[in-house]
Amino acid sequence: MQTLTIEDELTIFTAAEQKNNLLSFLNSGDDLEINLSQVTEMDTAGLQLLVLAKREAARTGKTLRFVMHSKAVLDILELANLTTAFGDQVVISHSEG
Amino acid sequence: MSIDAEMKAALITFTIESLELLQDMEDSLLSLEDGADPTERINSIFRAAHTIKGSSGLFGLDHIVKFTHVVESVLDAVREGKIDVSSDLVAVLLPCCDHIALLIRAVVDGDVEENPDMTTAGDALLAELRPFLEGNPSSPVATVAPTPDRVEASGGGEVETGNWHISLRFGEDSLRNGMDPLSFIRYLTTLGVIVNLTTITNRIPAVAEMDPETNYLGFEIDVKSDAGKEALENVFEFVRADSIIHILPLESAIADYIELIRSLPEDDAYLGELLVKSGVLTKRELEDGLSKQKSDSEASQPAQPIGEILVEQQVVQQPLVTAALEKQKQIKDNKARESQSIRVDAERLDKLIDLIGELVISSAGVNLRALQTTQTALLEATGEMMRLVEEVRDSALQLRMVPIGTTFSRFQRVVRDVSKELGKDINLVITGGDTEVDKSVVEKIGDPLMHLVRNAMDHGIEPAEVRLQNGKPSQGTLRLNAYHESGTIAIEVSDDGGGLNRERILAKAVEKGMVAADAKLTDQEVYALIFEPGFSTAAHISNLSGRGVGMDVVKRNVTDLRGSIEVDSTLGVGTTMRIRLPLTLAIIDGFLVGVGKSSFVIPLDRVVECVELTNDNGNNDYMDLRGEVLPFIRLRNLFCINDQPPRRANVVVVDVAGAKTGLVVDRLLGESQTVIKPLGKLFAHAQGLGGSTILGSGEVALILDVPVLVSSFEHKMQRHALSISA
Repeated sequence: MQTLTIEDELTIFTAAEQKNNLLSFLNSGDDLEINLSQVTEMDTAGLQLLVLAKREAARTGKTLRFVMHSKAVLDILELANLTTAFGDQVVISHSEG
Repeated sequence: MSIDAEMKAALITFTIESLELLQDMEDSLLSLEDGADPTERINSIFRAAHTIKGSSGLFGLDHIVKFTHVVESVLDAVREGKIDVSSDLVAVLLPCCDHIALLIRAVVDGDVEENPDMTTAGDALLAELRPFLEGNPSSPVATVAPTPDRVEASGGGEVETGNWHISLRFGEDSLRNGMDPLSFIRYLTTLGVIVNLTTITNRIPAVAEMDPETNYLGFEIDVKSDAGKEALENVFEFVRADSIIHILPLESAIADYIELIRSLPEDDAYLGELLVKSGVLTKRELEDGLSKQKSDSEASQPAQPIGEILVEQQVVQQPLVTAALEKQKQIKDNKARESQSIRVDAERLDKLIDLIGELVISSAGVNLRALQTTQTALLEATGEMMRLVEEVRDSALQLRMVPIGTTFSRFQRVVRDVSKELGKDINLVITGGDTEVDKSVVEKIGDPLMHLVRNAMDHGIEPAEVRLQNGKPSQGTLRLNAYHESGTIAIEVSDDGGGLNRERILAKAVEKGMVAADAKLTDQEVYALIFEPGFSTAAHISNLSGRGVGMDVVKRNVTDLRGSIEVDSTLGVGTTMRIRLPLTLAIIDGFLVGVGKSSFVIPLDRVVECVELTNDNGNNDYMDLRGEVLPFIRLRNLFCINDQPPRRANVVVVDVAGAKTGLVVDRLLGESQTVIKPLGKLFAHAQGLGGSTILGSGEVALILDVPVLVSSFEHKMQRHALSISA
């Protein structure tokens, strides 16, 4: 199993770089995991990239999981109502209720 | 640009587009009865009406909306096959088209309010339309008439839903412009509770094409909020310009939701599912709604629904300046794509042609200088440049070329109306409509053609009884044809009527004293008589022609365009009027002559021959041309050129209305293509000059207007003769 930890923000400013990053990671194996714990900021551009990665993995028959969602990521996924669609386990922080 | 100026600009675009749409509508209406499958044309007529109505609504032109709505309803019923296409229907719809055009022209003139006179006229037309509508319920897309069916709560019992349904499709550049779609949604949560939200991700393209900085996401949101529509709209104020935003109250009529589904770019079924899931619609309501409108397949195509969106947005959103402008732009973009052409201001084109004219002249100058040197390399370079400049000139002139078909197709309507008025059955056949000719020629040929067409219908084609007696089909045929012929365009108006009666024309001419009773004339010469002023053989004067004015005006108009007109006719079989025109008015073939140090250009088509002036005593104003007396004009005296005359002079023989006149010049310099430049206002009163041109050497040469020159010289001579005899 391969793991990638995204260590930067997932926003429009980093989108181009992160796209290449994610795609090359997708090619590195069949059972993949992306650690989102270090993502401090995320916007629509970042969301699109995650959707793209999920879709591409499904298309090529690979397993891709997002784990350790940071609060910034969770906020966005909740706002876009995509948490369930992604189907990853998330830890809901208690402070948010 | 201020809001006002923007509105004004948008309004101008609106009127131009609408008038074009109306023209399309008229063309399609006229072709409806030709028997071919009319579905496509009915659709395009409907779309035209629909778009005009929608755009008018955006500008708050309620009177146009009101009138067009009824027309649209009728067209919709036709589209659904509830009303058959009949000539009665077309006969009612055509004046409606005219009326809409009138209303829009009134807007052009700054009259955006309702005008009582026009309303009365409009109501009369609507009254004629009403019989077609009776028994046909108002169409489902009709947006002005309120649709009564309301959405009932789905399933059983109360379903907790928000008050508003919001459809968002953010523009592609939102992210790049620093507008994060999600932040708008986050802001929305401050105004109310989001009950249901679906992120639409299927616009994200394949990995390779996906640009990470382009926004592909859209959202369908149900929100429970006490805020008004206006407040919700304001949330999206900054992205309104390039995003698709629909805000509907959840209690909206089903039709509104169906319209919404239709207008969004995604698959209908998918969106329908979403709405069902969020509890806005029930499945059955959705299916009913979709099948109710299954006839309009075009609405699901992303390229088309501009008009629909317009109307739809008019219901769901207040007419907003920016939205109006955006929509106008979209319509315009759409149109441009459709016809694959750009609209260019005629003035700019003229300016370009003008500059190219200058370029031709100055490059001729360069060439001339180059010739004086003996440098081969330079000569080669200028030779190549001359070739290119000529190509540029030709393609620039080509830009002004438009097909004559648009002028021709106007006559469909004319023939239809006039044949009704005359009680004759006449069919118009158009060929060669794609023959191209200079725009200025097209503009000026309309009136003469109109006269010829009316004349042919009135006098040429016989009444049905006479036709049947002569063994012809009762339906008369009028043909309009155009083709290119050695640098000119020939336009023919032919009819299969009775033909010209040579004897009658001749008798009339003799009676009027136009020709001597014993004159021997060719057919051509006899037919040419009908173009003489005050000549008409019509047995009775009709509303249309036969008042004895007309044909001479036609001839004069054609001559003004430096064209000619001829007549072919066979008694009992038909007549063909053939107009020949130069392809462009900006350049003529000239004949360059020199007098003293000055140069003059004589239009080549006037020149008959050149002879040497022999035995000249310097005082005569006539000479012997092979036994005929040839009067001549000395350009040297006329233009007061006082230097020493050469030992030998030449005479250019020109033809004016069949009479020959000589122009005495010093030198013959040969043919040249001449770019006509108008003379300044200062010279407006100078008679006999048609313009000026600049020679390759940089000198100015005057272009002679031969007919005016000759006739003014004649007047002068007559006055002179009178003063001597007095």
